Amino acid sequence: MEALLRELEQASGGAARVMESRAAEIYAKAPLAAIPEIAQALLGVPGARIVAVFAEDRVEPEGVFYNYYVFERTGVEPYLIVRAAIPAADPRFPSLSASLPALNWQEREIQDWFGLEAEGHPNPRRVALHDNWPDVHPLRKDFDLRAKLDAFEGERHTYRPTLGEGVFQIPVGPVHAGIIEPGHFNFAVAGEPILYLQLRMFYTHKGTEKLFESFPVSKCVFLAESVSGDSAFSHATAFSQAVERASGIEVPLRAEVMRTVLLELERIYNHIADIGAMAMDVGFVIANAHAGRIREMVLEVNEELTGSRLLRGMACIGGVRRDWSPAQIAALPAKLSRVEAEFRSMRELIRYSDSTRDRLESTGFLSPEKAAALGIVGVGGRASGVDLDVRRDHPYAAYRRFSLRIPSFSEGDVLRRMCVRTDEVYASIALICAAAGSIPAGPHRAAEVAVPPGRYALAAVEGWRGEILYWVRTGPNQTIERCKIKDPSLNNWPALVEAVQGNIIADFPVINKSFNLSYSGTDR
Amino acid sequence: MFKILEKTFRAGTVTKDYPDGAAVSPAYRGQPRFDFANWRDPRSTASVCPTGAIEVSDSGQLRTVTVDYGHCIFCGECAGAASGGAVTVTPRFELAATRRSDLRVTAEYTLDSSGAQGALLRGPAEIGAKLKREIHRVLGRSLAIREVDAGSCNGCELEIVALNNSLYDIERFGIQFVASPRHADMLLVTGPVTRNMELALRKTYAATPDPKLVVAVGTCGIGGGIFGVNYATCGGVDQVVPVDVYIPGCPPRPEALLYGILLAVGRLGA
Ligand code: SF4
Repeated sequence: MEALLRELEQASGGAARVMESRAAEIYAKAPLAAIPEIAQALLGVPGARIVAVFAEDRVEPEGVFYNYYVFERTGVEPYLIVRAAIPAADPRFPSLSASLPALNWQEREIQDWFGLEAEGHPNPRRVALHDNWPDVHPLRKDFDLRAKLDAFEGERHTYRPTLGEGVFQIPVGPVHAGIIEPGHFNFAVAGEPILYLQLRMFYTHKGTEKLFESFPVSKCVFLAESVSGDSAFSHATAFSQAVERASGIEVPLRAEVMRTVLLELERIYNHIADIGAMAMDVGFVIANAHAGRIREMVLEVNEELTGSRLLRGMACIGGVRRDWSPAQIAALPAKLSRVEAEFRSMRELIRYSDSTRDRLESTGFLSPEKAAALGIVGVGGRASGVDLDVRRDHPYAAYRRFSLRIPSFSEGDVLRRMCVRTDEVYASIALICAAAGSIPAGPHRAAEVAVPPGRYALAAVEGWRGEILYWVRTGPNQTIERCKIKDPSLNNWPALVEAVQGNIIADFPVINKSFNLSYSGTDR
Repeated sequence: MFKILEKTFRAGTVTKDYPDGAAVSPAYRGQPRFDFANWRDPRSTASVCPTGAIEVSDSGQLRTVTVDYGHCIFCGECAGAASGGAVTVTPRFELAATRRSDLRVTAEYTLDSSGAQGALLRGPAEIGAKLKREIHRVLGRSLAIREVDAGSCNGCELEIVALNNSLYDIERFGIQFVASPRHADMLLVTGPVTRNMELALRKTYAATPDPKLVVAVGTCGIGGGIFGVNYATCGGVDQVVPVDVYIPGCPPRPEALLYGILLAVGRLGA
């Protein structure tokens, strides 16, 4: 890490300075104008990656907005977070998207939410606020959460024109044919193959980040559960960890191990469902019937341990909300080995079905180069050679205590995304059994949870989709001043766009399912 | 092929019996029950409720306590906070109602001059218990449902999708999910209705032929849930289109959805 900091200082000609060095994060500040050079220098090293960029309104106390640039490097545990001040009187910042496509949406979000212009952005159109919204910037402190905006009128979005002989446009959504979340897909097709896909997201935007600023911290945990319902526990735990780190709250070891068990249960129930759904999308319906049944076995375990099939009402700041009896813990390995046996034989059915394999293999190809350039994380990344996993790279909960098997492939097709999930199901079951055998005695939540004002911290969790990131700044009287949420889906939509090109439209459902991104997590 | 058949036979019949039996797990955190006569501290209980589902208002000699199951996310915090076991969590889930007001229960207490709570004046009636008969009368009809996610967190979608798995197998009631609102008898709507989905929901409603039913699913669909009304949300399905049945839950478990859907069908043409 020392080397990294020296590079940072050199890259900025001494203008960047380290503000604070903690175990999991290092904060530095730098002049806005130096950011492009700093980013270039930091990312010039193999294994370096830009994780996120986000903004904060500090106009009232400090007269500025801040942009935070989060970096990580393979083998280096703390995140490096470079902060740059943007004067309120001159609300612009230099865009990095032209050379870092991973930031394309994130910089546009900053434009929409804060009214800060990303200068030189290759595609500066709105992304989060639809085109028919009035000229508002909801995450500015002077914007009222309850503002009643007039009825929206006018054209929502202009898509790139679809030109050429025999080229057709297929608009789909926001209300889809299946039971899935809303979004708009605009396909350009020439006969069967897809030429390109344009996306319109943020239909489910609920003002979530702004809402965090209006609730007491304890209530914010429930809000975090509702960012993406299929990742309720991961999101709420990531938020809790950020608050714990900011406030210096010690989480008892028992709670850390329990969290680990619950995070892995969330991974398993979602992966099993996705594997079934992918099989169904290529016509292997019976595999999905079994997957649905096996997933219910896991949901039963969830319910038994938390009172909720989807693990709600369990996360809290300082630990977990409910304790487990010795009998509950003792029953876990047997239940999970039944799940494993059933899962294995379901997975074998798919493996021995040549017609299914034929549809999955080489479909929806995403090259490792593209995946790395677009900043793809999670399952989609690990199937395309991007070997990132927060559990190993920035350990949290009790992951340090257990050995982890992290699958990674480089073929980048639908089949490998299914294989990543499959291997993770086995690995997670092994992890849960190991954890269940070593849950230490002691309290399941911290005795006291006090959140002092003006503290900030970043925390990440490897949700089943990938890296979930929370950054919080605490406010007075047990409140949150700013909560930045990044669901892995936000990074990964461009992967879908890339992966569908040249595939036939009939394969779109299975390619989409192989990523299975969260609209609500994206839109918040 | 043989392997497929073998696996199918080994799995056996897994479909649950609901609504004819098959109680849910006692571990399930369903309806919180309030022992109004022995509830000494409704105000401190209300202060822990994350969604404001418990409301206490004092005026003069009278204290009114309202519990709105339409706002409840079934977190169980109230049971932990209330003294003397006045609030208990039960696994009850059959909470759907045809009127929004049926999801609210109210109790009144006397207050003495120092503001201390006195005797219970009036307690509430039970909710949601009336409809068993109705449900059995309507079994056998066919129903086409179009699901509309109007901005949910996708939790409700997970449970709606589960209705199609072999444990819940909603098709055994002649109920199907269809791809187009033009083929639908019922819209099953989730989410607080975001401003960005408002128009899409209106258009979907208009495209559904009459007579049609609208079911608002989950705490968000009923009244905006934890998101409430803000610059980006409308605060529930009935703020945008008329609603026939409300299904509480965060999210409602599959049996609760089934109960609500069957309840709605009992009203069709009535
Ligand atoms: S269970 Fe319902 S009423 Fe009780 S605290 Fe939670 S949301 Fe409020």
